Formats: sequence, structure tokens, C-alpha cells
Amino acid sequence: MDRQLLTIEANTPVTADTWHMKLTGDCAAISAPGQFINIRLDGFFLRRPISIYDHEDGWVSILYKALGQGTRAMSEMTPGQTLDVLLPLGNGFDVSLCTPHTLLAAGGIGMPPMYGIAKELCSRGITPQVALGFNTEEDILPLQPFRDLGIEPVIATADGSFGVKGFVTDAMETLDYDYVCTCGPEAMLKAVYEHMPDGQLSFEERMGCGFGACMGCSCRTKYGTKRICTDGPILMKDEVIW
Amino acid sequence: MPNGSNTKQNPLATELCGLKLDNPVIPASGTFGYGQEFAKLYDINILGSISFKGTTLHERYGNPLPRIAETPSGMLNAVGLQNPGVDHVIAHELPEFKKIYHKPLVANISGFSIDEYTETAEKLDAEDQVGILEINISCPNVHNGGMSFGTSPEAAAEVTAAVKKVTHKPVFMKLTPNVTDITEIAKACEDAGADGISMINTLLGMRIDKKKRTPLLANQTGGLSGPAVFPVAVRMVWQTARAVKIPIIGMGGISSADDVIEMMMAGASAVEVGAANLVNPYACKEIIEDLPRAMKELNIDRLADIIGAAL
Repeated sequence: MDRQLLTIEANTPVTADTWHMKLTGDCAAISAPGQFINIRLDGFFLRRPISIYDHEDGWVSILYKALGQGTRAMSEMTPGQTLDVLLPLGNGFDVSLCTPHTLLAAGGIGMPPMYGIAKELCSRGITPQVALGFNTEEDILPLQPFRDLGIEPVIATADGSFGVKGFVTDAMETLDYDYVCTCGPEAMLKAVYEHMPDGQLSFEERMGCGFGACMGCSCRTKYGTKRICTDGPILMKDEVIW
Repeated sequence: MPNGSNTKQNPLATELCGLKLDNPVIPASGTFGYGQEFAKLYDINILGSISFKGTTLHERYGNPLPRIAETPSGMLNAVGLQNPGVDHVIAHELPEFKKIYHKPLVANISGFSIDEYTETAEKLDAEDQVGILEINISCPNVHNGGMSFGTSPEAAAEVTAAVKKVTHKPVFMKLTPNVTDITEIAKACEDAGADGISMINTLLGMRIDKKKRTPLLANQTGGLSGPAVFPVAVRMVWQTARAVKIPIIGMGGISSADDVIEMMMAGASAVEVGAANLVNPYACKEIIEDLPRAMKELNIDRLADIIGAAL
């Protein structure tokens, strides 16, 4: 982890409340999908931890929901502005554990790390299946990046306006898999947990520092207390205690 | 163990009960862990000292989540003294600390009874790495302990006297601002034999989750820290410095070299930097590096000269 000054190259809405931001600068230390960056915003004391969506040498991108004052302020930023960012944070998904029949399952804004895993798996010759849950058709995040990898995500919407009616677990029922990587709100993670033979889960929690110093995001696991920010946000299925 | 430079040669040097510090900047307990995360970013031996994560006799998981909330110019925390317990700290954390930090440490200690305070203090007093014992009688986030010892002069004096009996190192009592008159508590500690005062711990606060219509923190209340509390801390240090003769480690929202100077002018011999470390992991390093500039602007030759200058 280190602090980098990144420059906004693009900041555009992809749905009514979700933005895509591309940042340029030194991102070489990013080592695994599911890691996150922690962004300092003028006028706000705590940084905003946000999952990495995609990255290559010299740039990183995120999808973020403009839910609170901080992320709304982010959505008003323009290309050329710079951001003080800590990166990379968190352990990330261990893609080497994924099987040839891996399913990537996410709810809402839990989707970005799934794209990172998909990209990494495809580079290793594995094409994962992808199941995504959203509230309604308008909330569906960009699917083209998955299609460019040769993956057609199975979509569930809670109101049935697109794809399977129901939750991501309803979309999962149509698929055949033996390993799952998942990210989303805790209630969704718990539901997916019940449907996964084995796999990895990405947890979200309010954080103080994001790099392991404050103990603000500790959780109990079968192997002792862990910090979501540093020992996570990815936990293995067999260590999770609900 | 190096004792730091002499004040005559080093304009940043200060002293706490005979313990010489290269500079007054000490990361505050609970914001710096055991130094490991920060040692990956810079040589933490530049720090005056380090107050490591609050230690209790027994292991503590701490409070349920969420433990953190943002506030205007600060944050609330209700971590609840998560730590592996004093025996584990001595067996594992201190040896690891020794590899990355070579100066005397401040050992921050909490308890839920007088016996827990004394037993923990006695164990840490025996460690060569420990230079100062900072007795936290002010944690707002634990029940039936912590702050309840710091809100009455009698209880504060009782903890102070008991810890002094079992230790040989300087004992600094860490006080809570959540009292009517902090100087009364400080005087009671001084009369009971305290070698110094650390102040202030966090201010009790609350945020509401407006969607759920419940307190945002699982613990309901939390301790406010960050720049928002700085003027409160300066006021309380100033009042306490006029009331006691023992040295004060001043803390509460310090986030710049100018804040350090202000806090020292209010009567602090050294300072602790807390919440700033969490949002800027280089905060302490940048403050130390910026002190010569801030001193020059104010015509300060030696930092030690300005301790209590505003009293």
C-alpha cells in the first residue's frame, strides 16, 4: 500500500446513480481482483473505500454509487482533477483457487470485482459464469465488458423487469458450478453462501483507515479475529462466521 | 536504547520525566497499531515515541460493527479496546515492534478493575522497551470500566496510587474530557503520585442512521476525534497546565506542525497525533518534517522553550 496522486481521466454516469471513474497514475502495485482503493475527498474527514473495477499499467477504474455526500461530491468531479488515493488495499480474491466451473455472483454495486476476476480467469484460460442481481432494469451495470470477454451474464431483477425475477440466487439456480466468488450486501452474501459448495466472499464494512491500523472493521472468523480492510475484504467460505 | 539528542543540539527535542525525546510527536494509542503498517511506508524511528494499542489484562474482541462513523472534521469510533491481552502483547507484539522501532515506547493500559490495571501495568513495567506507562482511565467505549475510573477524582486517584505502587516507570494518567472539570481529576492524579497527564481522550458523541432511524454505531455512542476536537483539547490542556506541576502529553485533533506548537504553548511537553494517522498514514512524518518551518515562522529556536508559553 502507498499513497498516490491520481488524475481523473473520465467520470461519467453509467446508470441514474452509478458513475464510472478512470484514474491515471502509478497503479503498478495492484496485485489481485477484489482489492480496493481509498480516496481522500476535500471537505470529508474519512477516505472513501471503493473496489477496483479494472486496471492496467498506469490506470485504475472504479464504479461507485453516488449514495452519500462524499460520493455525490465525487460524481461532480471533472477530468484533470487529482485525487489523493491509498492503493492497493485488501487481500483480493485468490484466483488460483478457482475451478474451471467457477461462478461469479454479485448483487448491485458488488459487480466491479467480478469483472476483475473474470478478466484474470479468462487470461488463464478459464471462462467463468457470471450471475448478477439488480433491483430493476435501470440499475443494471454495464455488461459489455463481460461480453467482450465472451461471457453473457445471467441477470436477475427483484421486480422482474429484466431477466430472472428475483435475487441473484434465483439466477444461480439455472447454472452449474462448483466454486463461487461473490460480492454484495451482507444479506445477499449470506444467501449466496447457502448456495455455494466452496468459494470466496468479499465483505463490505465501514472503515476508519482501510490499512489495518484502527481496528474499526474487525470481524470474527473461524481462524480468529480479522480486519476486513487488510486480512479481507475477501474471506474463504470455510472461515466465515455469520 | 538511544535516548535521543540533547536539547542543545536538537531544536525539536523535548523531555517527559527524564525521558528524552528527539521530537514531541507521538502517534496516539489505537491509531498506530503496533507500528507495522506504518513501518512499511517510512522509517518510524523518526517518531519521538509511539503509544501502542491499548492493552488489557485479558484479550478483548471489542464492540460489534459498525465501530466507525464520519463527522464534520472528524470521526466517531467505538472500537472497544480490541487487543490480544498483555501476555500476548509481551510475547508477540513487542518483539515484532523491536525489529522496527528502537526507542522507548509508551504502553497504553486499560482495565475493568483496579487489579486489572495493576497486573497489566506490572507486566509492562518489566519490559525494557517500555519507557512510559499511560494509564487509560478514559475510554468512553467500554462499560463498567474505562471511563468510569476517570470521571471521579477519588476513583482516578485510587487507580493512580495502585499503579504507582507496582511500577517504577513514569506513570501518565490519560484523562477523559467527558467531565465537568478535568483539572480536578488531574489534580487528584497528581496528588496520588502520577508523574504526568495524557489528555484528552475522545469526546462522547453519536450519529443517527437516518434510514434505519437508529444510532449508527452498534455501541450507540462513540468517541469523537479529529480536528473538530482540537480547540477543546487546547483549552483543557491550558487549564490543566495551570492546575498541575507534572508534565502533560497533549492530544486531540492535532494534524499539523502548527497544531503541535499551539498545543505546546498551551502547556504540553509532548503531543500525541491520533485520527490524522488514519486518513494520512504519513501524518506524523509530515508534521515532524514541517516543524522547523513552523518554528522559523514563529521565531522559535528550541521547541522546549515554548512549553506553556501561553499560560
